[in-house]
Amino acid sequence: MATTADIGNSGALQNIDRFSPSRGKGSRRFGWTLLLAYLLLTIGGICMVTPFFWMILTSVKPPPELVNFSFFPENPTLQNYSNVLNTSSFERWYLNSIIVATISTVSVVFFDTLVGYTLNKFNFPGKNIIFIGMLGTLMIPTEMLIIPWFTMSVNWSWHIGYAQYWGIAFPGVITAAGIFLMRQFFDGVPNELLDAARIDGMNEFGIWWRIAAPLVKPAIAALAIFNFIGNWNAYLWPLILANSREFYTLPVGLSFFRGESTTHWERIMTAASLASIPLLIIFLVFQRQIIRGIALTGLKG
Amino acid sequence: MRLTLQQRQIIWAYVFMSVALVFFVVIRWYPTILAFNVSFRDWNVFEGSGPWVGLENYQEIWEDAGKPRSSVTAAFSNTVRYVLFGVPTQLVLALAIALLLAQIRRLSALYRVAYFAPYVTSAVAVAFVWNWLYQPETGLINQALDVVGLPQQPFTKSPAQALPSITAVAVWQNLGFAVIIFLAGIQQIPAHYYEAARIDGANAWQLFWRITLPLLNPIIVYLTVLGTISYLRLFALVQNMSPQGTGGPLKSTTTVVLEVYREGFSSYKMGYAGALTVLLFFLILLITIIQLRFFSRRVEY
Repeated sequence: MATTADIGNSGALQNIDRFSPSRGKGSRRFGWTLLLAYLLLTIGGICMVTPFFWMILTSVKPPPELVNFSFFPENPTLQNYSNVLNTSSFERWYLNSIIVATISTVSVVFFDTLVGYTLNKFNFPGKNIIFIGMLGTLMIPTEMLIIPWFTMSVNWSWHIGYAQYWGIAFPGVITAAGIFLMRQFFDGVPNELLDAARIDGMNEFGIWWRIAAPLVKPAIAALAIFNFIGNWNAYLWPLILANSREFYTLPVGLSFFRGESTTHWERIMTAASLASIPLLIIFLVFQRQIIRGIALTGLKG
Repeated sequence: MRLTLQQRQIIWAYVFMSVALVFFVVIRWYPTILAFNVSFRDWNVFEGSGPWVGLENYQEIWEDAGKPRSSVTAAFSNTVRYVLFGVPTQLVLALAIALLLAQIRRLSALYRVAYFAPYVTSAVAVAFVWNWLYQPETGLINQALDVVGLPQQPFTKSPAQALPSITAVAVWQNLGFAVIIFLAGIQQIPAHYYEAARIDGANAWQLFWRITLPLLNPIIVYLTVLGTISYLRLFALVQNMSPQGTGGPLKSTTTVVLEVYREGFSSYKMGYAGALTVLLFFLILLITIIQLRFFSRRVEY
């Protein structure tokens, strides 16, 4: 607890310093506080990123270097990557993950935005019941639904052949959380603007598609990115539904890959790198939007 | 027939929501009811039915729980332990990091990326990287312990250390989310609260306990509830970090969801697994209600 309190001290101090017009005696102490903040954050940051570096470093080491411990590879090689790509179905798993994540993301963006807009801007009988009925599903853990979903999938043959893509995606094609989020964001769209479009004779779909939705683009982008990441990393349901190797998503394929590679850590780390690097790159490119989106959605929710 | 504007609005609203309404009824509410139904039956997933057995599944869980070295008891007690170890650690660390991040300006984005990166990485990849870090002899952590002259640790290989070791990984992975939410909350606190308190002679310690912490209360509640739910649903990390994915060694890491998966989709005891998911649902509901009642205090300034 001592550390929290210390940090609390400095945090409060800094706030004073930042906003007070005159910085007198405080500034020297402020320098030390800042230095300490950077020091602690750097130590923490190293703990956060070392596993990633270690994963990548291991993946470019020839197997003997794993036993004769050296931190950096002495003879870096991409041999592990070609081995893993040749002996597994990684290309196929990439494709599957892209297909599944894209289906659900496109659908979520369309429907969550449309329904969120409707719940915010329209008055109709049954509105409260519908809203509560949708929001209420957030209380039900998906784990409780997997057996019913699997039963339904077997019933409708969504667990065989190409229907598996739909089978993996269908639980997430509309999300209550996303609807709730978009409903909040449409608060910021003025009703006068929509009425003006109505007077101009635009139909309701056009008003949503051409006027309202473009005004909440940042929120839609955040929704799309989170949803894509969430579906890309989804594990339990794809593990249950996909019944043949060709239809595994990346996390499922990766999990089975370990079973086949037992103690070949250089190969397992190569596979883990292959599975996580694309998403890390997407994250680095969109980090500003993603982090701002998380903060925004977190505070709204 | 001419419709009034209001009538046309109602029709548009229902058209816009039609697909979502079907989705929530068919993919969310019907399976919820089915989940309860399954738990009262000797369910055969491939037939999509099964004879009604009343409370037999629950009775069997109760009897299993009474047996020595029972998986069910281990699953529930471990799950609670994951929550008790994981959630407070995650919250305290995240608040500390967020308070530090709130002070710095330069490199702030870089630190945020470092702390958030694990959150966007697949739990399966994360599990493998940490398996490798935790390895006896060749693992990075044990190598580091060797260097500083400390004894090697078995980590996930020992029943005593396995659960805390996996909890640590879960904290590492989920920390960044809580940091971002805390940071956004801290930045929303108006600076003049601190100035006024400062003028009244409050010290930094008081500023933290009397202003920062009370004003962050809604965020603390939100993150506690969300964090608890995610630890109650722990699965991918445990499945991929325990030997053969069975929640070992000696059931020391197994969770409720892992037992659901094993009973339902390895042993095909669907009714039994279904009853476990219903119990999980009530556990989540109960803990969430308790947390919302006890931690929610209104703070107004």
